[in-house]
Amino acid sequence: MAKQYETVIGLEVHVELATKTKIFCGCSTEFGGEPNTHTCPVCTGMPGSLPVLNKQVLEYAVAVGLATNCTITQYCKFDRKNYFYPDNPQNYQISQLYLPICRDGKVEIETENGKKFVGIHEIHMEEDAGKLIHDEWEDCSLVDYNRSGVPLIEIVSEPDMRSAEEVIAYLEKLRMTIQYLGASDCKLQEGSMRADVNLSIREVGTKEFGTRTEMKNLNSFKAIARAIEGETERQIDLLESGQKVVQETRRWDDNKGESYAMRSKEDAQDYRYFPDPDLVPIVLDDTFLEEIRKRQPEFREEKMLRYKEEFDIPEYDIEIITGSKHMADIFEATVALGSQPKKVSNWLMVETLRLLKENNMDPEDIRFSPENLAKLIALTDGKAINSSVAKEVFEVMFEQDIDPEKYVEEKGLKTVNDEGALRKTIEEIVAANPQSVEDYHNGKERAIGFLVGQTMKAMKGKADPGLVNQILKELL
Amino acid sequence: MNILDMTAVSLGAAIKNKEVTVLEATEAVLAQIEAKESEYHCYVTVDREGALAAAERIQKKIDAGELTGPLAGVPVAIKDNMCTEGMLTTCSSKILGNFVPTFSSEAVLNLQKAGAVILGKTNMDEFAMGSTTETSAFGVTKNPRNPEHVPGGSSGGSAAAVAAQECFYALGSDTGGSIRQPASYCGVVGLKPTYGTVSRYGLIAYGSSLDQIGPLCKDVTDCATIMEIIATHDPKDSTSVQRDDTDFTGALVDDVKGMKIGIPRDYFGEGLDPEVKEAVLAAAKVLEAKGAIVEEFDLSLVEYAIPTYYTIAAAEASSNLERFDGIKYGYRTEEYEGLHNMYKKSRSEGFGPEVKRRIMLGSFVLSSGYYDAYYLKALRVKALIKKAFDEAFAKYDVILGPVAPTTAPKLGASLSDPIKMYLSDIYTISVNLAGLPGLSIPCGMDSKGLPIGLQMIGDCFNEKKLIRAAFAYEQARGAFGKKEDE
Amino acid sequence: MANIISDETIEYVGILAKLELSDEEKEQAKKDMGSMLDYIDKLSELDTEGVEPMSHVFPVKNVFREDVVTNGDTREQILKNAPGQKDGMFVVPRTFE
Repeated sequence: MAKQYETVIGLEVHVELATKTKIFCGCSTEFGGEPNTHTCPVCTGMPGSLPVLNKQVLEYAVAVGLATNCTITQYCKFDRKNYFYPDNPQNYQISQLYLPICRDGKVEIETENGKKFVGIHEIHMEEDAGKLIHDEWEDCSLVDYNRSGVPLIEIVSEPDMRSAEEVIAYLEKLRMTIQYLGASDCKLQEGSMRADVNLSIREVGTKEFGTRTEMKNLNSFKAIARAIEGETERQIDLLESGQKVVQETRRWDDNKGESYAMRSKEDAQDYRYFPDPDLVPIVLDDTFLEEIRKRQPEFREEKMLRYKEEFDIPEYDIEIITGSKHMADIFEATVALGSQPKKVSNWLMVETLRLLKENNMDPEDIRFSPENLAKLIALTDGKAINSSVAKEVFEVMFEQDIDPEKYVEEKGLKTVNDEGALRKTIEEIVAANPQSVEDYHNGKERAIGFLVGQTMKAMKGKADPGLVNQILKELL
Repeated sequence: MNILDMTAVSLGAAIKNKEVTVLEATEAVLAQIEAKESEYHCYVTVDREGALAAAERIQKKIDAGELTGPLAGVPVAIKDNMCTEGMLTTCSSKILGNFVPTFSSEAVLNLQKAGAVILGKTNMDEFAMGSTTETSAFGVTKNPRNPEHVPGGSSGGSAAAVAAQECFYALGSDTGGSIRQPASYCGVVGLKPTYGTVSRYGLIAYGSSLDQIGPLCKDVTDCATIMEIIATHDPKDSTSVQRDDTDFTGALVDDVKGMKIGIPRDYFGEGLDPEVKEAVLAAAKVLEAKGAIVEEFDLSLVEYAIPTYYTIAAAEASSNLERFDGIKYGYRTEEYEGLHNMYKKSRSEGFGPEVKRRIMLGSFVLSSGYYDAYYLKALRVKALIKKAFDEAFAKYDVILGPVAPTTAPKLGASLSDPIKMYLSDIYTISVNLAGLPGLSIPCGMDSKGLPIGLQMIGDCFNEKKLIRAAFAYEQARGAFGKKEDE
Repeated sequence: MANIISDETIEYVGILAKLELSDEEKEQAKKDMGSMLDYIDKLSELDTEGVEPMSHVFPVKNVFREDVVTNGDTREQILKNAPGQKDGMFVVPRTFE
């Protein structure tokens, strides 16, 4: 009988923190600058330069630690991790090994079989590396240190996950929590959230862990799921054919759907960690922790409960809206400006989601302001514009965050409520379409739709369809 | 008075009183450099044009009343491990043979703000690893007191430049004695301040937890005056300490009445040259005669300082020197196959033997399986050494002893046996481990005519006690033999 | 000499430290490192049970900077000393297989 295997997964998640500056110098962390334009002696490892810790990094790390139920290390230090690679300008990375900032946390995830906790072994602060670009023409590589020194936290889970689904649920949970904290935008594609998967397999029922491999280069949830599947199969095949799993780091190639070992004889994997003498210990007192605790935002679960009580909107809407801190913020701010919750929710659930999908954007990318959304809703409420004009205006607003009041004014999109003018237009339409009038009188209700359409066309869409209907019926 | 005979402070006063112009002083010292460099080789780089231009600029500011400090207009030499914007900074290593920093170290900036004329960069042991300045990739420096002997190290170029009157004062750095020992060998005053007193920003690191910049100069008054300029809190250096007691010249008081001076018996045992011993004990008698209370005591742990030091310094150095890889600056080998070969060849060709020796040792003591046994053990012993000093300073204001077991050895006599070379640091090294201030002041000559140095060690942040004791001693001692030919 | 340093150790440390030693240098390094370690072994004479390893000699702590951008574009300066540069970047031997 075939053996039954169980996959055991632990995750190392790197998150780029949303600070304005790098972890140890005053260079901007802005994404996408020209190569090496966000660099200085510190983040390029110039001789004589020295690091000084960005306080915001510490605050974010502690906030994430508290949100994931960790114990905060009240006496912590930075260590140097020594290894040579060109993206690492000092040839050591400043990280934390011996006294990481957070330890022993856990987060709750939803699985097919109900709720489950995933343990967090530790969270530590460290600096990101630069970027290497391969130059095909010259057969060399080029180094850009803009990303060098961007602050990261690495969240190391316990090997508590058993399937790709659990891994995705755990990542979603982390992402949501960190986004709610404003500590990072957590975008996998842009690399502001990166997950390395530690995976081993064992026969169902055994207690000992198998030999694990570490997989890198996973840029999307889909890639993570595929890599887990692929690596599980690979390890099972190895064991079934009497071979052994080698403890190693592997790089996942999502296009090929396979991984390969990143090995080199020059790669001793002996990082010679020791406390960085250039940085001093961090001693956190209870007052500091209490302050961070007080500043913690309302997280998603609490928000969902509150929405259910406060707003008369469907549960499904609540789930979607609170699924993005940014969207929830827009929702609440718009409601606070006096718009009806149901209407705000509709705009977000229908038009916003449609446009996000069409433009391949995340809710975090929404640019329009609550003020403008509130104005748009007010315009439709007051029947100043009709719903099709509103959608048109919204599309522009979605793109450029225009002021809908001004836009409607400038473009002359206001509904014509001058009944006399409208009546005159309708009279002309009725006169010009005797066939439709006859059809209507012969009981073809649809004919009136045609006449409404003609009227709206003549009015360039700026008529109130209800009023048009009413006048038409009178005239006919 | 000959300009070159002036101390930094007396020259500064003469400039202020318009007895000497900055240009005259600069030209005089440049002429001395020209005359003596071929013999002593104190400098790696002499910036003649830069110095002359600075002299004119500074004179104008002095005349305009914008620069009023005591050292405005006084020419200075900088050890070649401190970054100087636009001026070659090599650490006396081939691997940085072409490195021109784009910023200046904080200590240099402070001097410049005070109106210093930077003459150039002084020779040193490669990356400050050595005690003789013979490990420099750019040739040895000779002791101006006797050119057959070494000037000491690693700040040998700075000490020799002061002794040879090729500058009025100099900056050095001290990781295990690198200011005090060459000061002693060359017969000048040197001070290693309390760790954190002078910013390390821009100092190319050797052992980050031990490195400290300090002055090498002609007398204690110069020493205190320079310290007032370079001791600043620097937010760019996390280990920089905010001090509000940096009015060091206030301690230039000729009074040691009641001062408690401890003489560690452990510093006077085997290996100490009898002439050095005699001179140091005679100096103690001088202070005693002036009213100090002098007594002997057991410091303990002295013999453990060197292995502790070499473990910690080598470990930190192995990491600090990883950045020299042929990518961002410095030397890159001509031919290589692939990345790792480029690293290995650039570094192997770029570093000298002593540097490689310490990098290898440091990498080993940090490597998997040895970290606890070597590195952590050394950090524990460091704690014990610090404690021994704490106990001593509960009883004494100043600890007094020799700087080095002997006077300057002959050129070429030290390098062959590393352990023997390291042993010559025995009296200076524990001061760095404990972060203490230590001052070296000439206290005599041996029968070969080589200077002997007296070391005064204080508790953390107690430079003023050292300055007071040294000043009082200096007053009693009188002028120290300026040069053998004068 | 108590510490015998093997060829493998020297080779391994060479990989860690990115140093390539000639055969002669290797022999010297074995000897030097052996005698240095013998010397360092002296520390084991001391009982350090319960002694906290001391990284910093006095209790400096919590040195931070505020999260404010202070640096502008200094690319030209940063690249000034580079042995090889192209398109505003540092040139290195190929790192991808």
